[in-house]
Amino acid sequence: MPRIPGLKTHRNAELGLLGFSMVLVAVYGATVEANQYDKISSTFWVPAALLSLLFLSLHVVIRFTAPFADPVLLPAVALVNGMGVGFLRRLDIAKAISDKDPYPGFFAGVGGRQLAWTLASLILAAVLLLVIRDHKQVSKYAYTLGLIGIVLVMIPAVLPRSLSEINGAKLWIRIGGFSIQPGEFAKLALVSFFAYYLVRKREVLSLASKRFLGIDFPRGRDLGPVVTVWLLSLLVLVFEKDLGTALLYFGLFVVTLYCATERASWLIIGLLMFFGGVYVAYLLGESVGGPFANFYDRAQVWLDPFNAEFYEREVGGSYQLVQGLLGLGTGGLFGTGPGAGSPGFVPEVRNDFIFAGMGEEIGLFGLSALLVIYLLIVERGLRAAIAVRDSFGKLVAGGLAFTLGLQVFVIVGGITGLIPLTGQTTPFLSSGGSSLMANWLLVAMLLRISDAGRKPASGGPQDRAAGPKQPPAQLHGAMTEVIKP
Amino acid sequence: MPEFVLTVARFGFLILLWIFVFTVVGVIRRDLFGSSRSKSIVASPRGVGGAVLGGPAPAKAKRGKAARQLVVTAGQLAGTRITLGEAQITIGRAEDSTLVITDDFASARHARLVSRDGQWFVEDLGSTNGTYLDRGKVSGPTPVPLGVPIRIGRTSLELRP
Repeated sequence: MPRIPGLKTHRNAELGLLGFSMVLVAVYGATVEANQYDKISSTFWVPAALLSLLFLSLHVVIRFTAPFADPVLLPAVALVNGMGVGFLRRLDIAKAISDKDPYPGFFAGVGGRQLAWTLASLILAAVLLLVIRDHKQVSKYAYTLGLIGIVLVMIPAVLPRSLSEINGAKLWIRIGGFSIQPGEFAKLALVSFFAYYLVRKREVLSLASKRFLGIDFPRGRDLGPVVTVWLLSLLVLVFEKDLGTALLYFGLFVVTLYCATERASWLIIGLLMFFGGVYVAYLLGESVGGPFANFYDRAQVWLDPFNAEFYEREVGGSYQLVQGLLGLGTGGLFGTGPGAGSPGFVPEVRNDFIFAGMGEEIGLFGLSALLVIYLLIVERGLRAAIAVRDSFGKLVAGGLAFTLGLQVFVIVGGITGLIPLTGQTTPFLSSGGSSLMANWLLVAMLLRISDAGRKPASGGPQDRAAGPKQPPAQLHGAMTEVIKP
Repeated sequence: MPEFVLTVARFGFLILLWIFVFTVVGVIRRDLFGSSRSKSIVASPRGVGGAVLGGPAPAKAKRGKAARQLVVTAGQLAGTRITLGEAQITIGRAEDSTLVITDDFASARHARLVSRDGQWFVEDLGSTNGTYLDRGKVSGPTPVPLGVPIRIGRTSLELRP
C-alpha cells in the first residue's frame, strides 16, 4: 500500500464513523427487543456485530485497494444497510411472537436472509475493488456493457407474465422460488455505456446549437440519441408497466447528457419529452386500454387513493398506498419508537413499503435523517465526479450518484403520494438480493472513482515505469464527430 | 420494562441518528475546507531565484510555504483540486493527462508542471495557443509562485499552500 507521509487518507475517520453507525444499528436492535419482548435479550448485539464484521472486512479491503477513497460513503451506506437488516429482523420478531415461536435465530427469516445477501453484496463490492484498479478500464468494455444493459432491461418485458410479473409490474425474472430484478444491474451497465458514448459525442452535442428564448437548443439531427432513449423508456413504461423504471433510465441518460454538455436545455427538453410521453400514455390508457391500461390504473389510484372504489379493489387498488400513508401518519413527528409500531398492516412492507413501515416507527424526524444520509451519499458521489480528472470517470460517477438519488426519489415519492407508485426498491434498505448487490457494486465503483480523484497527482513517466505496464488509454484515440454548420 | 426507559430509547435513537448525520457532515466539512486556510491572500509574482523585481514585497509572507495543491480557478473544471506530490502534472486534452481539460483552445499535450526542490516550474509542451503565467507567455521552464494564475485557453490554475 502506498503510504505517503503528510497526505491524509481519512481512513481512520471512516473506521470511526463505521463504528458509530454500527453502534446505532445495535441500539436500534435493542430498542426493538425492548418494545417487542418488554426486555432486552443478552444477544441483541449479535446482528450488529455480524454486520460490523462484514463492513470491517470491506473497510480493510478499501485500505489496501483504494486508500484515498471517500471516507463517508462506506459508513453512511453501512448504516442504511444495517437499519434495513434491523427492521427486517424486527418483522421476524413480530412474526415469531404472533406465531408463539421462540426467539428467532440470527440467520432465520427475512432478516437472516438479508444478512446473507449483505455478505454476498460485500464480497461482490470487494471483488470489484480488487479487479478494477483503474475505472478507465471499464471504458474498454463500454459497448459490451451497453448491450448487456439493454438485454437485462428487455428480459422481463419479453418473458411471459407468469415468469416476470409481481404486483402488476413486469420487472422480474422468477425461477422457482427465486426472483431477480435484472434492471438493478442494468442501470450500472447503462451508466458506463452512456458515459463512454457521451464522452465521444460531447463536442457535437454541446457546441452546435440554435439560440431560442435565451436558451441554446440543439440542432434537430443531434436529438437522435435522446429520442432513441426516450422511445426505449416509454417502451419500458408500456411493457414493464412501471413508471419509476422508465423514469430511472430516461433520467439517467438525460442527466449524463447534461453533465457531458453543461447545457440546461437538455434537462428542459428531457423533462418536457418525458412528461409529454407519460401524459399521452395516460390518455391512451383511458381511451384505448390494452398495454396502457395498467399505467392508467396506477395514475388513477395515485390521484385519488382514498376513493372507496380504488381502496376495495382486489388487484391494483390503493389499499397498500393508503395503509402506508396511514402508517406514516400514525408515526407523526417522532414515531412510535423502533419495534412499537404495527407495520404488519402494510402489504409488502419488507420490499416496496419499507420506508412507510420504518416511518411509522421512527417518525418524520428519523425519516428525514435517513433521507439526509441518502443525500450525503449522493453528494459524495457527485463530489467524486468533480474531483476525478478524466471525463469518463466524471460521467460515470455523476451518473451513478444521480441514479441512486433518483431511485430514492422514485420510491419515496411513490410511497408518499407525490408520484404514481412504482415497483422500485429502496436502495440498501428493502429486502432482496439483486437490489442490494447492484447498489453495493455502485458504491464500490464510486469508491474506486473517488480514490482516483483524491489520490495525489501521479501519472508522470517515473510512476508509469514503476507500476505494471498500462495499456494505452482507450478514449485518447477516440474520434470526435466534426461539427458542420 | 418501564415506560420511561422505552421513551428514552425512542428519542435517544433519533438523537443518535442525527448526531451521526452531523458527524458525517463534520467529516465532509473538514475534508472540503480543512486544507485551504489562506484563501484571501494572493501573492504577487516573484522573480526567478527569489529576487524581488521591484514594488513592495507582499511575497515575503508567502516565503517558505510549499505549494501543496493545484486549484483550477476558472474554466470548465473550476473547483477541481489536485494534491501535489512529487510527480509531474501534465495538462492537456489527452485522456492520459493528469488534468484533462476540454477547453477549445487547449492542445492534446499542452503544458506540464514539474517540481524541483519544492519549487514548481511550468513548461509549455509546444501548444498551439500557448501557456501564460499571469500575463507573460511561458517559453521555457518558469518557476510558478503561489497564487499566480497559469492560463491555458479559458482555464486558469493556481498553486495554493
